[in-house]
Amino acid sequence: MERVEVLKTYKIYIGGKFPRTESGRYYTPQGADGKSLGNICLSSRKDIRNSVVAARKAFGGWSGRPAFNRGQILYRIAEILEGRRPQFISELIIQGQSAVNAEKEVDLSIDRLIYYAGWCDKYQQILGAVNPVASSHFNFTVPESMGVIGVLAPVETSLIGLVSLVAPIIAGGNTCIVLASESLPLCAVTFAEVLNASDVPGGVVNILTGNQEEMTKPLVTHMDVNAVVYGGDDEKVLTFLNESSVVNLKRIRQFTKNWMNAGSQSLKMISDCLESKTTWHPIENIGGANSSY
Amino acid sequence: MNKKNERNQYVVPNFSKSPAVDKVGVEERVSRFQKRSIKNESKVQGLKMALNMIDLTTLEGKDTPRKVKQMCYKAKHLHDVYNGLPTVAAVCVYPSMVRVAKDEVKDFGIKVASVSTAFPSGQAPLKVKLDDTKYAVDQGADEIDMVISRGKFLSGEYDFVFDEISAIKEVCGAARLKVILETGELVTLDNVRRASDIAMYAGADFIKTSTGKIQPAATMQVTYTMLEAIRDFKNATGIQIGMKPAGGISNSKLALHNLVMVKEVLGNEWLTNEWFRFGASSLANDLLMQIMKAETGVYQSSDYFAID
Repeated sequence: MERVEVLKTYKIYIGGKFPRTESGRYYTPQGADGKSLGNICLSSRKDIRNSVVAARKAFGGWSGRPAFNRGQILYRIAEILEGRRPQFISELIIQGQSAVNAEKEVDLSIDRLIYYAGWCDKYQQILGAVNPVASSHFNFTVPESMGVIGVLAPVETSLIGLVSLVAPIIAGGNTCIVLASESLPLCAVTFAEVLNASDVPGGVVNILTGNQEEMTKPLVTHMDVNAVVYGGDDEKVLTFLNESSVVNLKRIRQFTKNWMNAGSQSLKMISDCLESKTTWHPIENIGGANSSY
Repeated sequence: MNKKNERNQYVVPNFSKSPAVDKVGVEERVSRFQKRSIKNESKVQGLKMALNMIDLTTLEGKDTPRKVKQMCYKAKHLHDVYNGLPTVAAVCVYPSMVRVAKDEVKDFGIKVASVSTAFPSGQAPLKVKLDDTKYAVDQGADEIDMVISRGKFLSGEYDFVFDEISAIKEVCGAARLKVILETGELVTLDNVRRASDIAMYAGADFIKTSTGKIQPAATMQVTYTMLEAIRDFKNATGIQIGMKPAGGISNSKLALHNLVMVKEVLGNEWLTNEWFRFGASSLANDLLMQIMKAETGVYQSSDYFAID
């Protein structure tokens, strides 16, 4: 007997759950063969609002976790992704990647997660500093998470661009709302399933599919979003982000690289989504010596 | 029973024959209130109305005069960057904090409500409850939020509950009496209806769902049952009674659903803070954030709103 094919429902990822879009709207992007990739959620500003609420709720717990534990969880994402390699490769092929490149893209994504997992409990030492000052103070600087970060994922890749942006953001203890690539959305939704299975607390990463242009405004003007990371190179979009973000002085970061390049990962991508806190701690003058730390 | 209430001269019904409540029907009706489409302009009006109906509440063992003063400041200055906002209706505190609160808000048209009668359990002798209430009134409370004796009610001693409410009403004087049923402990909607009837016939000016200390608190099913009791009481006696859902109403959407329900069950007459209140504390900021969203077109952050 011929088996009836079970089609997958692609849903969005908010607060550790997989709801359908609040708007009830869908779009049907086409794969490389001209066939529909499926009914993908066309998320609305209400989904943005719900995601920001979820991300804010998750922020305290995530940024407060021991750094080592964050590293373990990032490593776990890589493990689970490894276990689902075939699924990601076939989704990339449906979306137009060659078999060789699809395999390379998934491998690179896994390696990139491992790379940032390693940084989780190390960037503090590299980026932190003890500063020489002229008074009797112990003056030191530590990096802190920025908070809730909006991400406009690169539109030209389905998986590697998204992973390359999300990994450094969550490694730094931030939570995020990701607007996936509109034309290549499949891996974003499947990656959400990976996150959901890898001890990442709900709300740390929220992934929405749909029209980036439509969703950018409510995201970049949202008073509860602390920064926006842009993975494209459209000057108009960048200008719009910079202008619209002034309502609460969001930090705008632009990361454009060839993500398929093994070297397109760096400590700087973590530090760009961190802030520095400097503390002045009074100290005594011991034995007449001006102690200098 | 069939006794006459001395003050109001209406015949008190037999409470063991209070109407039974159709639970499935209530749920069906309540779900419809949640599906009304509310257009932007009406929404803003509704949000402001809800803001004006709030009893801003702090009822904690750790309350201090400074904490109460801070809350009163919030009651007076909800969000000063927005011109023309209403104030909340009242602040709700323990009897020991009434004087502090009264001094803070008396010039601003904000009332002071005090819980009493051994709130929240109500497990104290009548004399203690009367003294508790009298103290709150003497300290300047405009409104008294009393709790009923749920243990007695559940044992079927309806006369006891009735007489207790009447006695408290006596010492309230000019202060309006809100009777808290603590519906989370009454278990069934039939009990909620019966307790509502007892409270109203015994002299309540307001009936209130919960203390906020027990879950579930003000569910829409419970509020709907109490609104129906209020409507029937008005039809039977001509006396208007107020309603105060308290506990669990923490966001604007729920508040708007409640307003829709009040309008459709009781009518416009009840849509003022004279007859309808929300007992809440976190609701105020959510309403303010929604109002500012409508004003600026931008989603808001709690970072920019005062903690009450």
